[in-house]
Amino acid sequence: MARNWPVVLLCAALLVGLALPLATGASPPGFYVEVLLGGLMTGVLYSLVAMGFALIFKASGVFNFAQGAMVLFAALAVARLAERMPLWAAILLGIVVMIALAFVIERVVLRPLVNQEGIALFMATLGVTFFLDGFGQTVWGSDIYKIDLGIAKEPVMVLQGLFQGGILINKEDVAAALVAVALVAVLALFFQKTATGRALRAVADDHQAAQSIGIPLNRMWVIVWSVAGIVALVAGVIWGSRLGVQFSVSLVALKALPVVILGGLTSVTGAIVGGLIIGVGEKMAEVFLGPVLVKTFDLAGGGIENWFAYVLALLFLLVRPQGLFGEKHIDRV
Amino acid sequence: MIQDTAASKRSTQNLEEVDMMHKAKFVGLAAGLAAAVAFGTGSALAQDKKGAPAKKAAAAGGGEQFFPVLSYRTGAYAPNGIPFANGFLDYLKLVNARDGGINGVRITFEECETGYATDRGVECYERLKGKGPTGATLFHPLSTGITFAVTDKSFVDKIPIVTFGYGRADSVDGTVFGWNFPLGGTYWDAADMLVQHVGKISGGVDKLKGKKIALVYHDSPYGKEPIALLEERSRMHGYQLLLLPVTHPGVEQKATWLQIRQQRPDYVFLWGWGVMNSTSIKEAVATGYPRNQMYGVWWSGAEPDVTPAGDGAKGYNALTFLAPAGQGQVHKDIIKYVHDKGDATGKKEGFGEVLYNRGMVGAMMSVEAVRRAQIRHGRKPLTGEQVRWGLENLAIDQAAIKRLGFEGFMTPISTSCVDHRGDSEAGIHTWDGKQWVVQKGVRLVADQAIIRPMIRASAEKYAGEKKIVRRDCAKESQQ
Repeated sequence: MARNWPVVLLCAALLVGLALPLATGASPPGFYVEVLLGGLMTGVLYSLVAMGFALIFKASGVFNFAQGAMVLFAALAVARLAERMPLWAAILLGIVVMIALAFVIERVVLRPLVNQEGIALFMATLGVTFFLDGFGQTVWGSDIYKIDLGIAKEPVMVLQGLFQGGILINKEDVAAALVAVALVAVLALFFQKTATGRALRAVADDHQAAQSIGIPLNRMWVIVWSVAGIVALVAGVIWGSRLGVQFSVSLVALKALPVVILGGLTSVTGAIVGGLIIGVGEKMAEVFLGPVLVKTFDLAGGGIENWFAYVLALLFLLVRPQGLFGEKHIDRV
Repeated sequence: MIQDTAASKRSTQNLEEVDMMHKAKFVGLAAGLAAAVAFGTGSALAQDKKGAPAKKAAAAGGGEQFFPVLSYRTGAYAPNGIPFANGFLDYLKLVNARDGGINGVRITFEECETGYATDRGVECYERLKGKGPTGATLFHPLSTGITFAVTDKSFVDKIPIVTFGYGRADSVDGTVFGWNFPLGGTYWDAADMLVQHVGKISGGVDKLKGKKIALVYHDSPYGKEPIALLEERSRMHGYQLLLLPVTHPGVEQKATWLQIRQQRPDYVFLWGWGVMNSTSIKEAVATGYPRNQMYGVWWSGAEPDVTPAGDGAKGYNALTFLAPAGQGQVHKDIIKYVHDKGDATGKKEGFGEVLYNRGMVGAMMSVEAVRRAQIRHGRKPLTGEQVRWGLENLAIDQAAIKRLGFEGFMTPISTSCVDHRGDSEAGIHTWDGKQWVVQKGVRLVADQAIIRPMIRASAEKYAGEKKIVRRDCAKESQQ
């Protein structure tokens, strides 16, 4: 505990920063709560993408840069298929497409690279990213496509008695949060309670050792990439419903990077908590910190939320390199 | 604008045939790629194939005028880049197929994908500037960022940079920016028109005092351009200007719209591009901001900007200049000479949409500039330097607009050596849930008494920084 004081100190400083707008009266309470909730809801969506990163890293030790591209590919598939069939059928077929993709990636990219350095596998996923981005758009198109989950887009006002003007809640965001919670529960059960889940964890620890005790490495990789593909599909459908399905969806993955840095690459819980911290942090920074910085230092101005997410991640990286929930890596020498 | 005539029905049928052909091509290809993928639609792939620069070989002999086409068919801004590029290319193809080129000089072109990224745009510029027997005719960078980057190069390469409705506002001053042509309007014009318009509906610009106007802008050179004008007008009329930047690509705007909800501005001006526009409208729905109090610049008022928001976009307004949606005589010609021959650049869905038509007008003005320059330099392939004369002596009057089949899609425009923008006029169109409806009786002209001194000061500063000697237009005209 004593060694954790930098983390405690950083968390305390962030909490103080978080409370400042309210404490100094810079923000009305209602608005503050709205920004906070908005940040949490966005954070949940980041978590969904980050979970895909964590899953593959946890199970195969590969940092899958292609996760964002997979989100886009899955969302494009569902959106275009839904034009020709009911949404549920499109989602099911989308899952089939993602599993097929997992097979192809395992066969073409991963299998030839078994037992290679992590960086080689990472570079391979970089290649997969560009391929999927381009191939997805070539096959499915580059326009903005719609996914309609049938959830009302109009906001709902709650707590009108407590705050002036009420608190604005978006039903779509709430649905996304519920889906994320359900997904985490299912994944936790899968990893902790099933034989396949345990085998996946063994593979993550050491490819060669896992192979030597008879765990079929190739099959495990197909399974984990399939699971990550399905997670990508869920994230893609929710993001796509909010933003429309288009290339930009893949850029959301760039927001998931600070999330996994902060939460820890090996932890699904870390992805969730990291997502929430990044979501809240960037929204609070954009709304409250940005204008103060511009005014105080007479800056040119501009959005700060994009880079602030990385500042937060870097701060955590400095005090806890393995991330908040990551496993500490110890090498014997 | 759209006449439901037998001809247009026939056109639609033809387009459907073209689309069917595209789909057939796709299915064959997709089946070979993956079984699962074969369920997708193929128009996009077919369209990309059509958009490939494969037509150069068709041109013959030495009589070729080369047009570089900087476009973006992939990436975050593709939904807006695709229809523009399709319109641009279809018109160039039309001139070849219908007229045999520009007074007999055939057009060749090559597309280069910029992805709306400045570095790739500069790379495309460098790659294409020397192509063709006389080099590039002119460039349409289709990005303010790329425009800023290649402006300095244009002085050396002597190739015009045409940025109609975008680019540097101060480049109107042809005596300093000798190679830039912000034809038809700049962002200062657009911002001025919008302030005038909301002033008018508030009961006069003096009634704007105490009101709040929020500018939700793309955090890039493009989005920042109108700020200077809006600040100037704010000083004049006393409205409060809220500046809300949105970082590229603009898919995350929750913080922005929560601030709008808190500040409750009377009007929101939207200066977005690509997916940022539709996201803004969606967030406006999600935070309950009335769409009829939102006004987009002319780059935030096309079909891809509103359709993703569904019914939520109803009532949203935007400036429209040069080319609203719809079809006219030129479209019939494109159907007849380009689509019917199986040479269409795009799929039928985008045909006649706002950005398709704007691309078409852009190509037409470029072609007319060459035609104009041929009067002085002869009916032969011209260099960029020679085409500049055509661009700064452009005179497209109402009769010419009618002759070219563009009636209803643009207003007359004439330029000069001093004034590289020419006439600037715009209207407002509103999305009714299905289509853009141009508001009747709204014709907006920017107040040059405000803008001219700003252009002068900014161009002066640029000339000082870059050590540019002002051109003497009077002397040049006598040569």
